[in-house]
Amino acid sequence: MEYTLITILNGISYGLLLFMLSSGLTLIFSMMGVLNFAHASFYMLGAYFAYTVSTWLGFWAALVIAPLLLGAVGALVERFGLRAVHRHGHVAELLFTFGLGYIILELVQLVWGRLTVPYAIPADMDRPLFTLYTTTFPMYRAFMMVVALLMLGSIYLLLTRTRIGMVIQAALTHPDSVEALGHNVPRVFMLVFGGGAALAGLAGVIGGNAFVTEPAMAGTVGSVIFVVVVVGGLGSLAGALLASLLIGIVQTSAVTLDYSLSSAISAFGATVASDGVFNDVLKLTVAQIAPLLPFVLLVLVLVFRPRGLMGTRET
Amino acid sequence: MSTTMPKTALHLSARPPKWSARMGAWIVAAVVLVAAPIVFTSSASLTFLSQLGTLIILALSYNMLFGQAGMLSFGHAIYSGLGAYFAVHAMNLAADKALPMHLPVVLVPLVGGVAGMFFGALFGYLNTKRSGTAFAMITMGLCELVFALSRMFPRFFGGEGGVSTNRSYGEPFLGLTFGPQVQVYYLIVAWLLVSAALMYGFTRTPLGRLANAARDNSERLEFIGFNPHHVRYLTLILSTFFAGISGALAAINFEIVGSESLSVARSGDGLLFAFIGGAGAFVGPIVGAILGSLLTIKLSDFTMAWQLYLGLIFIGFVMYGPGGMVGIATSAWRMRRRLSSGPVLAWWLCAIAASVVAIAGAVTVVELAYAYTFGPQKAVVAAWLQSLAGGSGAASLVLGLFLLLSGLAGIYTSRQRFKHALLAAPADTFTRSHP
Repeated sequence: MEYTLITILNGISYGLLLFMLSSGLTLIFSMMGVLNFAHASFYMLGAYFAYTVSTWLGFWAALVIAPLLLGAVGALVERFGLRAVHRHGHVAELLFTFGLGYIILELVQLVWGRLTVPYAIPADMDRPLFTLYTTTFPMYRAFMMVVALLMLGSIYLLLTRTRIGMVIQAALTHPDSVEALGHNVPRVFMLVFGGGAALAGLAGVIGGNAFVTEPAMAGTVGSVIFVVVVVGGLGSLAGALLASLLIGIVQTSAVTLDYSLSSAISAFGATVASDGVFNDVLKLTVAQIAPLLPFVLLVLVLVFRPRGLMGTRET
Repeated sequence: MSTTMPKTALHLSARPPKWSARMGAWIVAAVVLVAAPIVFTSSASLTFLSQLGTLIILALSYNMLFGQAGMLSFGHAIYSGLGAYFAVHAMNLAADKALPMHLPVVLVPLVGGVAGMFFGALFGYLNTKRSGTAFAMITMGLCELVFALSRMFPRFFGGEGGVSTNRSYGEPFLGLTFGPQVQVYYLIVAWLLVSAALMYGFTRTPLGRLANAARDNSERLEFIGFNPHHVRYLTLILSTFFAGISGALAAINFEIVGSESLSVARSGDGLLFAFIGGAGAFVGPIVGAILGSLLTIKLSDFTMAWQLYLGLIFIGFVMYGPGGMVGIATSAWRMRRRLSSGPVLAWWLCAIAASVVAIAGAVTVVELAYAYTFGPQKAVVAAWLQSLAGGSGAASLVLGLFLLLSGLAGIYTSRQRFKHALLAAPADTFTRSHP
C-alpha cells in the first residue's frame, strides 16, 4: 500500500513534467505539422538558463525569467529559421529542427561545459512535505505538480476563454480559413512556437533541479515526449495529459519491480535451467524492460491507432 | 502535388547523362579508388579511406530510402548495426570452426547484408504502412527500441564494451590474410564498387521508378494499380541489405562493434551525409559522405568544434540549399550562360568572397570560444589565430567579430545586386520546367 501510493505520486509528478513538455510540442505539431526535434533541447536550455539566473537572482526569479527567455528564443527560431524553411515542405522543417537540436547541444556544452552543473533545489523547499507510513514525500515534488497543474489550467483558460485562444484553436484545424478572415496566421504560428518553447523552458526550470542538469538531459526525455504526443493524439491536450500520466506512472512503477519470467516460473514451483538459450529472456526483470515500454507503445499506436488515444486526426 | 512529398528531392534524373559519360564516370571512380593507397601512403589515410568506403555504402543505402523513395528514416542504424553484430559473431564462430562450412572474410559482408535484410523484412512491413512524418517517428521508435534491447542482452551485444573479433582468422584467401590494412581497404573497395553498381542499377529498374513515384505522388501510384506500401516495403528491404553490408565492412575494418552503432545518432549520420551531398542525385550521398567524413574524422584532429560546424553546415543546407552540394552545382551549371555575363559573375564572385570572409570570422569566434571553455589542449586553430593577432585573445576576438559582421553585410549586399543583375542577364538557351 505504502509502496503503491508513493509510486503513483512519483509517477504523477513525472507524468505532469512530461505533460509540460508535450503540451507545447503537440500544439506546435498539430498546428504547423512540424515535428519539433529541438523541443527537448529547449527543455535543456531552460534548465541551464535557470541555473545561471538562479546563481544571480535566485530560484524564483529564474522561474519567471528563464521561460520568458526561451519564449523569445523560440519566436526567433520560428521567425528566422522555420519560416524560411517552410516553403521546402514538412520534411525540411523536421530536418531543420533536427539540426537545431544538434547545434543547441553543442552550444550548451560550449557555454556550460560537458559536466553536470550544480543546479540545486531551493533550500526552503528541500525538505519532506509529509510522511506516508514510513516514506517521505519531498516538498519539491509537490511544488512541481502544483506548477504543472497551474500551467494546465492557464493553458486551458487561454485556449477556450480568450480571443487569441479561439484563433489558435481555429488555426489548428483550418489555417486557410482563419487567414481568409484577416488573422495573421504566421504570427500566430510564431506565438505558438514561442509559447511552446516557453513551456518547455518552464519544465526545464523545475525539472532541471529535480533530476540532473547535464548535456544528456535533452536526449533522455526527447524521445519519450514524442511518444506522449503520438500516443495521446495530435492536437489533443487532454490526450497529451492522459498519455503523460500513463507513461509517467508505467515508467516509475516498472523501474522498481524486480520480477522476471523466471521468478514467475519458480513461483509456480518449476525450476529453470540456468544455461538455457532463452535464459537471458527469462531472467529479464520488469525494471530492465521499463525503458522499452514507451517505444513499444509508440510503434503499436502508430501502426494500429494512428489517431492516438484521444486525437481526431491521423498523424 | 501531394503534401507529404519531400520537396528536398530534386528531379535530376529527368535528363540523365549520356551512356558513355556515365560509363566514364564509373571507370574514373574505380581507378581513383584503386590508386588512392598509392598516393596516400600513410596508415592514417588508409584507415580513413577504409572508413570512408563503408560510410559511402551507408549513405547510398540511406538515400535509397530518403532520396529515391521519400522515406525519412531515423532508424537506419538498426540494420547497419545488426549487420555488424551478425558479421562479428559469424567471424568469431568461423574462427572457432563452429560453422558448418568455411566462411572466408571476403564473404562476411554477405552475412551482414542478409542479417540487415532479415531485420528490414521483419520490422519494415508494419513500418512502411505509413509514410511521411509517421514513418519517421516509427523508425525512431524502433531504433530506440532496438538500442534499449541491445543493453538487455549482453551475451549477444557485448554490453558496454561491445563485441570484438579478429579478421585474420582461418586459412589465407588467395594468399590474403586481411591482417594488413591495405588488404582490408581493397576488400572494402571491391564491395563498395559492387554495392554502388547494384544500387545505381536499382534506380533504373521499374521498382526504382515506382519508388520515385511513391515519393512524388503515392495517390496517383495507387490509381495506376500499384500498392505504395509494397513499393516502400521492397525498397526498404533492398536498402537494408546494403546497410548490413556497410555495417559488416565497418566491423571487419575496426574488429569491434558496440551498441552505439545501433543508436539514433548513428542513423542521423546517414541522413546528414545524404542531405549535405544532395539527396536528389545518385552521386549526392557519395559527395556528402566524403565531405562528412572529412568533417567528422579529420576535422576532429584540429578542432573541438567539429560537431558545431557539422550542425551549422547541415542547417545551412536545409535553409539555403535543400538540393545539397550536387543540387547547387547542378543549378549553377544550368545557369552557366547567365552566370558568365559580366555583372552577374562579378556579384556572384563578390558573394562568394563575402561568404569566405564571414566563415573565417565565424570560425575565429567559435575557436576562441572553445579554447576559452575547454582549455587550449586541442585548440590548434585558436592558438594559431592568437599568434597571428600578436598573442592577444581579445584582439583576435575583435578581428573575428569584425570579419563575421562585414562578411554578413557583404553577403547581403551582393545577393541583392546579384538578383538584379541576374534578371537583366540574357536567358539560357534551354529552359527547363521545374517540377
